[in-house]
Amino acid sequence: MDHVRPVPDGAPEGAPSGGDAARGDAAHLADLLRQAARGDEAAFAAFYDATSARAYGLALRVVRNPAHAEEVTQEAYLDAWRSSTRYDADRGSAAGWLLTIVHRKAVDRVRSVEAATARDETWNREAAPTDHDQTAETAHASLDAARVRGAVATLTDVQRQAVELTYFGGYTHTEVATLLDVPLGTAKTRIRDGLIRLRDLMGVAS
Amino acid sequence: MSEMDVHKLTGAYALDALDELERARFEQHLAQCDDCRAEVAELRETAALLADTVAVPPPASLRDSVLAGISQVRPLAPEVPASPTRHATRPAARGRAWMPFLVAAALALIVGVGALVMQPWAPSEEVERLTAAEQVLQAPDAEEVFVDLGEAGRATVVRSKSQDRAVITTEDMVSAPSGKDYELWFIEGDEFVSAGLMPDAPDQTVVLDGSAAAAAAVGITVEPDGGSKQPTSDPIAVFDLTEAT
Repeated sequence: MDHVRPVPDGAPEGAPSGGDAARGDAAHLADLLRQAARGDEAAFAAFYDATSARAYGLALRVVRNPAHAEEVTQEAYLDAWRSSTRYDADRGSAAGWLLTIVHRKAVDRVRSVEAATARDETWNREAAPTDHDQTAETAHASLDAARVRGAVATLTDVQRQAVELTYFGGYTHTEVATLLDVPLGTAKTRIRDGLIRLRDLMGVAS
Repeated sequence: MSEMDVHKLTGAYALDALDELERARFEQHLAQCDDCRAEVAELRETAALLADTVAVPPPASLRDSVLAGISQVRPLAPEVPASPTRHATRPAARGRAWMPFLVAAALALIVGVGALVMQPWAPSEEVERLTAAEQVLQAPDAEEVFVDLGEAGRATVVRSKSQDRAVITTEDMVSAPSGKDYELWFIEGDEFVSAGLMPDAPDQTVVLDGSAAAAAAVGITVEPDGGSKQPTSDPIAVFDLTEAT
């Protein structure tokens, strides 16, 4: 990857420490956001190119409807542009920051009354198949994706389902408790246990 | 909810899996709990990695739309130390500059300023508003409904049919989640008619906007900052005026 560069010892806290490539990628994205904060639209375009498949894929997985997913993704990028001055690399990776915004907007969308009626109940249906004419981002992401899938595979069934139903399904933990037929309060514990296990396996540290 | 339980909500919070009231309460806890803040940051970072597994290249047109959109918008001014913001006065928002959604909320506030100054509870109308509230509370036909929201607080709606007005009084009400407002509604059958936003204060008395005589109930929903024309979520509280005493 030609945009990877050496990272000084003080790598951003909270950034995934999954090898040098991931750290270089994270530092590069943080740089692009810093430039965007000064009004550099080309830097923001590069930030978009490096993250849009993850952002759109996440929105699509949560809201299902491609047109809604595009709206959610666009709103999230506009928010990211406007608030790029507030991004602090010491508090997390730029991609994590963006995807947090995307996820919140996607969840707000599916929970709104209008969208609730249109929501596809078959939450575990795969999102649209990935375009084979992959961008550099998705090629890179697919390497990471294999690692993430490997980590997810080590979760217990209830942990995995609880995490996926909340993150990809957009359900609340009480809804997940009902869906999984576990006592109220158990779902939130499984979600946390599952995420902590993934965090440790993926080497996410603050 | 016990202290132990509160800490366990980090995962659900990081995945946006709390309902609006739980979220508001947890954000108050977060403002005071360094451990939970650190854990939420890590778990959000972890959750974002899951997006790697569902990446899908968006249509090229989306890139054009995004880039056309940003060319018309100036990035927010950076946060400068000691710069006062409206959020600084919100108890739930204290010490949360680390949260991306605080930024989003600040954005929404800027957009929402126009609507805010048109609200009936602008300071210059304070005296008149209190008088209107007193008129309802002291009306001979005043009827009231109390709702206990548990840890989220308590609220009472008083309606006077002869005055055609209703008043809501809150005690210890938690702040609306960041980027959100509480909105009041008159409910008649399936119809929700907006009765204005509730200012973000734990203890207050607010006169609802609009005609109250025919309403069967009053509801509160959590809406995006600035409110909505129709509710976008289920009410967190419903005051059934047919049961009023």
